[in-house]
Amino acid sequence: MISPHTKIKRTVGALDVVILVLALALGAYVYYRVDTVLAYNWSWDFLPGYFIRQDEQSGSWIANILLIGLVTTIRLAFWSMILAAILGAILGVMRTSTRLLPRLFSRVYVELIRNVPPLVFFFIFYFFISSQLMPALGISDFARNMSPENEKWVSILFGQPKLLENVISGIICLAFFEAAYIAEIVRAGIEAVPKQQYEAGLSVGLSRFSLLKSVVMPQALQKVLPPLANQFITLIKDSSIVSLISIQELTFLGQEVAVSTSKFFETWIFVAVLYFVICYALALLFGFLERRGSSSQR
Amino acid sequence: MAAAVNVDGCNKMIEFRSVNKWYGDFHVLKDIDLDIEAGQRVVICGPSGSGKSTLIRCINRLEEHQQGEILVEGEVLGDNPVANALIRRKVGMVFQQFNLFPHLTALDNCTLGPIKALGMSRAEAQERARAQLERVKIPEQADKFPQALSGGQQQRVAIARSLCMEPDVMLFDEPTSALDPEMIAEVLDTMIELADSGMTMICVTHEMGFAKTVADTIMFMDEGRIVEAAAPEKFFNSPDSARTRKFLDQILIH
Ligand SMILES: Nc1ncnc2c1ncn2[C@@H]1O[C@H](COP(=O)(O)OP(=O)(O)OP(=O)(O)O)[C@@H](O)[C@H]1O
Ligand SMILES: [Mg+2]
Repeated sequence: MISPHTKIKRTVGALDVVILVLALALGAYVYYRVDTVLAYNWSWDFLPGYFIRQDEQSGSWIANILLIGLVTTIRLAFWSMILAAILGAILGVMRTSTRLLPRLFSRVYVELIRNVPPLVFFFIFYFFISSQLMPALGISDFARNMSPENEKWVSILFGQPKLLENVISGIICLAFFEAAYIAEIVRAGIEAVPKQQYEAGLSVGLSRFSLLKSVVMPQALQKVLPPLANQFITLIKDSSIVSLISIQELTFLGQEVAVSTSKFFETWIFVAVLYFVICYALALLFGFLERRGSSSQR
Repeated sequence: MAAAVNVDGCNKMIEFRSVNKWYGDFHVLKDIDLDIEAGQRVVICGPSGSGKSTLIRCINRLEEHQQGEILVEGEVLGDNPVANALIRRKVGMVFQQFNLFPHLTALDNCTLGPIKALGMSRAEAQERARAQLERVKIPEQADKFPQALSGGQQQRVAIARSLCMEPDVMLFDEPTSALDPEMIAEVLDTMIELADSGMTMICVTHEMGFAKTVADTIMFMDEGRIVEAAAPEKFFNSPDSARTRKFLDQILIH
């Protein structure tokens, strides 16, 4: 058990050395198998060209498919996080409602989604979104007849206009899926705020809405920042699954590169590094927010 | 026995008319009748579990009663959340455990109600909050978070927070029982000053020195009833009820 008061050791003991040696040995063995037994011919030099390349005519640098995929993944993750956070907050508040119907609705939603594998959910939901929701929202029409002004904004926010439907479907799928988990986190956070805080808020005449917004939610959020960070990182990683419903993000385009070059190890290792970098950056950001939040209350 | 206080006069702040309340099967308030006028200062005492907290929490509808009527400034308390919010703006409440908002500074604790409930501008609310923090003698703590304050300071911030709503009546539920002994005096002093300013106060406390100085009526509750209600002089020297006498003997020994 690590309590906040346990001293964390920073020196290396004998056991640490043994574990380290074993880990290195395992790594060396895997490398040996791949290198000599499979006689795998490592070559990394093709990769930068798939990330960024020089245009033949103009000579300027332009993004190639891996970078485009990375940016699409970031856009996908960004918008689905926002949408999932909003939906999750609403569902989480509904879960704590005193009325039966909102509670029941939220409960059913959460249970349905939590007990279905993401891929299966995406297959079902994608069919519904692309065939029904996209036309209904008018996104299909909007994407086809866009003014140049709109086109500029859409490419900044969502990427290539011709893939708008594709990206938005991915965003909606991911957001609706992750919202169920965020709802549970939000509910736990709200329930962790003591009853006395509600009473104090009511006593200064706050309406239910102000109470929730200014008293309960800020405290709930502070409490759920670590699990929320976790869920957002999971969202980024789950975003790779939407490649299977042909959303053209990093994994989808990584697959194309891997297949067309037959450099499976190199491509996937590179893709893994890209995912690691964005997930880890997000973890650092949340770590910072958490420290700032808790130090402001000292 | 039901007690009616100051039945004459028409400036009624709070009225209870045969109020009954149950927690499940447990009959916590029994036939409470009560009249409190503007400017009155009532102290409520009684053994643990006698229903003191429940009684004052009914006044700002943190608890619901099942029978009878409660009127605050002539308005009957009911289930309408909007009406209740309006009534709570006129009724300040100070809790045993302070219940400050931990994510807000002392100043922001004080401005939240005026901004969100009274629709005041931030600048105006801050001016009012600083004045009230001055009044409870901790203007220099305005920018600190509650965790950085002592218990006595937190309770004074809580009092300032309530006063910022400019309430017509203040409710106190054992405001000093969670405090270390050396901090009780600073909070009681604040309350005495508040009483001197003419505030209507209803205060659950076992600080009998405070009751003698401040109260014009002391009530003794036992098993959900108001057993005795009298001016301090009579309450301490010649109470009607034997139970009151026994209770006084117990607490005055300490
Ligand atoms: N929410 C509740 N549900 C059930 N019973 C309750 C509840 N709140 C209070 N009670 C019971 O009602 C009785 C009166 O409680 P109340 O808090 O009003 O007493 P009190 O006079 O304020 O006591 P104390 O001096 O300990 O604060 C107690 O027996 C208590 O156990
Ligand atoms: Mg009590």
